[in-house]
Amino acid sequence: MPNLKSNAILPRVLMVDDEVAIIRFLRSVLDTGEFSLHQADNGHAALAAAAAVRPDIILLDLGLPDMDGVEVIRRIREWSQVPIIVLSVRDGEDNKVEALDAGADDYLIKPFSVAELQARIRVSLRRSLQQSPEPLFNCCGLEVDLTHRRVVVRGNEIQLTPTEYDLLRLMVSHAGKVLTHGQILKQIWGTAYAEQQNVLRVNISNLRQKIEDDPSRPRHIVTELGVGYRLKCD
Amino acid sequence: MRNDEDARPSPEMLLRVAQAEEAESERAKLKIFLGYAAGVGKTYAMLEAAQQRLRDGRDVVAAYVESHGRSETDSLLDGLEVLPKAQIDYLGVLLPEMDLDAVLARRPQIALVDELAHSNAPGSRHEKRWQDVEEILAAGIDVYTTVNIQHFESLNDVVAQITGVVVRETVPDRLLDNAVEIRLVDIPPEDLLQRLHEGKIYIPEKAALATEKFFKPGNLMALRELSLRRAACRVDDQMRAYMESRSIEGPWPVAERLLVCISGSPYSDRLIRTTRRLADEMKATWHTVYIETPGGNKHTRENRERVWRDMRQAESLGAQVATLTSTSVAEALIAYAVRNNVTKIVVGKPSKPRWREFLRQPLVDQIIRLSGSIDVHVVSIAQEQIALPKNASRPSMPIPWQGYLKSLILVLATSLVCEPAHRYLAPTNLVMVYLLAVVLAASRLGRKPAMLTAFLSVMAFDFFFVPPRFTFAVTDTEYFITFFALFTVGVVISTLVSQSRERAEAIREREVQTASLYYLSRDLAVSSDLTGIVEAMVKNIEESLGAHIAVLLPQGERLEVKKSSIDLTLDMKESAVADWAFKNGSPAGRGTDTLVSAGLLYLPIATTGNALGILGVKLKDEADYTSPLSRRLLQAFATQAALAIERVHLSKQAEHAQILEARETLERALLNSISHDLRTPLVTITGALGALMDKKSALEAETRDDLLAAAWEEAGRLNRFVGNLLDMTRLESGALKLKRVPCDVQDLFGCALAALEPQLGKRRIEVRVPAELPLIGMDMVLMTQVVVNLLDNALKYSSRDSSVELAAGLAAHTLTLTISDRGPGIPELDLARVFDKFYRVPVPEGAGGTGLGLSICKGIVEAHGGSIQAKNRDQGGLQMKVTLPVN
Repeated sequence: MPNLKSNAILPRVLMVDDEVAIIRFLRSVLDTGEFSLHQADNGHAALAAAAAVRPDIILLDLGLPDMDGVEVIRRIREWSQVPIIVLSVRDGEDNKVEALDAGADDYLIKPFSVAELQARIRVSLRRSLQQSPEPLFNCCGLEVDLTHRRVVVRGNEIQLTPTEYDLLRLMVSHAGKVLTHGQILKQIWGTAYAEQQNVLRVNISNLRQKIEDDPSRPRHIVTELGVGYRLKCD
Repeated sequence: MRNDEDARPSPEMLLRVAQAEEAESERAKLKIFLGYAAGVGKTYAMLEAAQQRLRDGRDVVAAYVESHGRSETDSLLDGLEVLPKAQIDYLGVLLPEMDLDAVLARRPQIALVDELAHSNAPGSRHEKRWQDVEEILAAGIDVYTTVNIQHFESLNDVVAQITGVVVRETVPDRLLDNAVEIRLVDIPPEDLLQRLHEGKIYIPEKAALATEKFFKPGNLMALRELSLRRAACRVDDQMRAYMESRSIEGPWPVAERLLVCISGSPYSDRLIRTTRRLADEMKATWHTVYIETPGGNKHTRENRERVWRDMRQAESLGAQVATLTSTSVAEALIAYAVRNNVTKIVVGKPSKPRWREFLRQPLVDQIIRLSGSIDVHVVSIAQEQIALPKNASRPSMPIPWQGYLKSLILVLATSLVCEPAHRYLAPTNLVMVYLLAVVLAASRLGRKPAMLTAFLSVMAFDFFFVPPRFTFAVTDTEYFITFFALFTVGVVISTLVSQSRERAEAIREREVQTASLYYLSRDLAVSSDLTGIVEAMVKNIEESLGAHIAVLLPQGERLEVKKSSIDLTLDMKESAVADWAFKNGSPAGRGTDTLVSAGLLYLPIATTGNALGILGVKLKDEADYTSPLSRRLLQAFATQAALAIERVHLSKQAEHAQILEARETLERALLNSISHDLRTPLVTITGALGALMDKKSALEAETRDDLLAAAWEEAGRLNRFVGNLLDMTRLESGALKLKRVPCDVQDLFGCALAALEPQLGKRRIEVRVPAELPLIGMDMVLMTQVVVNLLDNALKYSSRDSSVELAAGLAAHTLTLTISDRGPGIPELDLARVFDKFYRVPVPEGAGGTGLGLSICKGIVEAHGGSIQAKNRDQGGLQMKVTLPVN
């Protein structure tokens, strides 16, 4: 019983869903001994559990009986930066953007594959457990050295404009996480540009031309349709 | 036996009784307190009855009661709710009137309205109070009202004859006919006179005047008899109806039907009233016809207007009216009479001088000769009596001074021409020259100048050329024959010419009307929607009448101006008038007798059913509002428009029904598809899971993997299908809102490829996107789905080693996306059908889709304003081409 033995140091996962079937399913796929599992079946219970259990990651359904999931995210974000992965049947892009802008780290649409869920949990945990961002990013032939502002693609150093570099650095520091258009625009260009999606698209397109093998089938900067972009890191 | 059958009420009769009873119970009831003069106590009787009703617990309200300061009347008002009167401002004077809207808003069970025949102050909604009463009745409120006998339309002229006073405030007889109850308020004339002298009716000075003019014992007795007779007549009617409905045999004769023919002469009006009275006495129904003949002077504008007025008059007096066209009045009249089982024809006594009978058999004689079994009543009409007011009301024609002057000059000129010629020509031939002058005058100057020319010609001929010359004396008496012939020919020619001119004028006028109606109906026929119809109306009516037009159609609860002439706007007040006309389905505004102070005339655009809209008209000339010609033309326009609007409504309904039917078919297909497509994967999934649960240890690892793989695959398919269904529903319910953002087409293809990553495997995909392609506005999420669906099909239906091409191109504001494969393509016949819902191309390897993918693509592309086409490629394979407009 390894999970009993080392309960204290296992990452704590809080599952919030009002569907018993989903909780049961999550329990069975996550009960691998890697995590200690906690659950809540409504918004208020989730908020209470988040304070009591101090989870390392929260899997949150949006359609809760007592309050909307997005509201739960907002309230948690008032005091905690714990990674939140939304699991929802709501597949509208607006729902995704709303949840992500409210502070969710990731968004998975039900039904999702178990492998996908495990991968996302791992990425989120890795990022949150890191004390400070790694100064060197290396993945699938893309190397970014944040301290020296160097970008190397399959061994060749390439030149980026300052904006492109800022964009890449932002994505590297949130590698694996979805960044909404709004979030990126605010970070790089400022609040006034929050609606200027074409500026972002042109720069992403240019960046892809420089760092991707085939810009038609990007492997690094992935478009999350209608939501934003994500830098793949595995 | 036969008698029994006859005695039994016929089914038609019973139906009529049933209908009447039904109408009775639904309709609000009118009770009339009928008197024969002021002061008989009508108001008192009405208030007494009202008090009685009040005690019965009914909701009675005095809408308008005039006590004339009589204390006994006033005391009866105690306990009654009296509605405040409206104060109408007319030329600075405030006139108290019944507040119609207040009555309608108060909605009592019974409203008391005094003085039915009262004319409202200008600026009120209706001209007459009886119209107010009709509106109150129409609103379902019972009305008690008072009126004197002399105010009834059909008795109007009789009363004028008896009393010498023409009563201007008249009430249509139908109010009396439709009243549920008539209470005759009767006191002997002596008592009435007594009351008058005591000052109970009018203040003393006025009373003296009244006695002199109206309250003469003879008058009063006659009026009293009239009112008694009218009331008795009503009772008789009711009795008859009762006995008929109960099959009680009575000594009444077979139903009489009267027919009167009018000609447009000033006496027709009298003839109509006389016939109405005859019909009343005989308990007969009656018809009024006007027969249009090609000849005669019946085409003059004035004459036709009079005919129109007379027909309306007859209609309001309860006649059935008809207009016939024939060459012979008598024949047409008899034919109509026979067709309608008329028993008596009423004609006026001939008024033309006897000698004319010699030339032409009088109409009366013709009718009598042809009448066969039909009786002919010849009634006399006192001409001199009515000739006066008729003449006064007729607009005087301007005297053609210029024409007279010209005819004088013409005759002088003729004389000058004849002067040198008379030495060579016999005087009788000179007559011919004068005759020429008369013909010239007749054709150019009109009838009266032509007649003057004839007269002057005779005089000039006599003076200048008949010996002894330069005197009017005549030696040879034979010349009198010449004079007579010249004058007669002159008169006949001028009459004929002027008639033909008038006729030509009338025909031209009618031609113009027919043409404008034709143009309107032509324009209406080609317009398939309301906007088109309304535009055609405004354009055509503006052109043919030179009027300003507004067309109002109902929008939900309210009436809104759909289109109007450029410089015409309707304010609140005008809209209210239009609203009234729409709700009541009758004309209102200027030129009508309802809400006359409005700036425009409002006609309902109505077919047999309800009003479909309102036509507001501002005519050029004030006189046009009351001119039957323009009114009739407008009516014709409105009817045409109504038919067109109704046609659009009906075709919309038909379309709607068709859509419903199509939707039903689709829903059936959807249900079939859903049950099939949802259950099939479930069979595999539940089967596989069941097998695994039951005997997991007994299964070999390989079988287990197979089962799991199958379940996994089918679950994916189920998920895709549900997704497609959701998308389709969103598209169709209109919940889908495009979010156009500038998109990178390369990114679009990238996203589609990423979504299909598992299916792609090692397939060769060729992507061709021009380097300089700008960002293009579209809903990226939806368009990605389009590309995914098309690409998925291309992958599914082509062999694994062939390549799939994705290409984009921009030309002339159009973005083209093509997805091409090297598969088997689609049979040519099915190329268009592939975008239909639930259409499936027979699949070779069982890679069945949902049958929704392509129709979703089509829906999305069309929502972008673009189009999608399928085409077989020349070297084999299918090409899907999406074109999107770029702005």
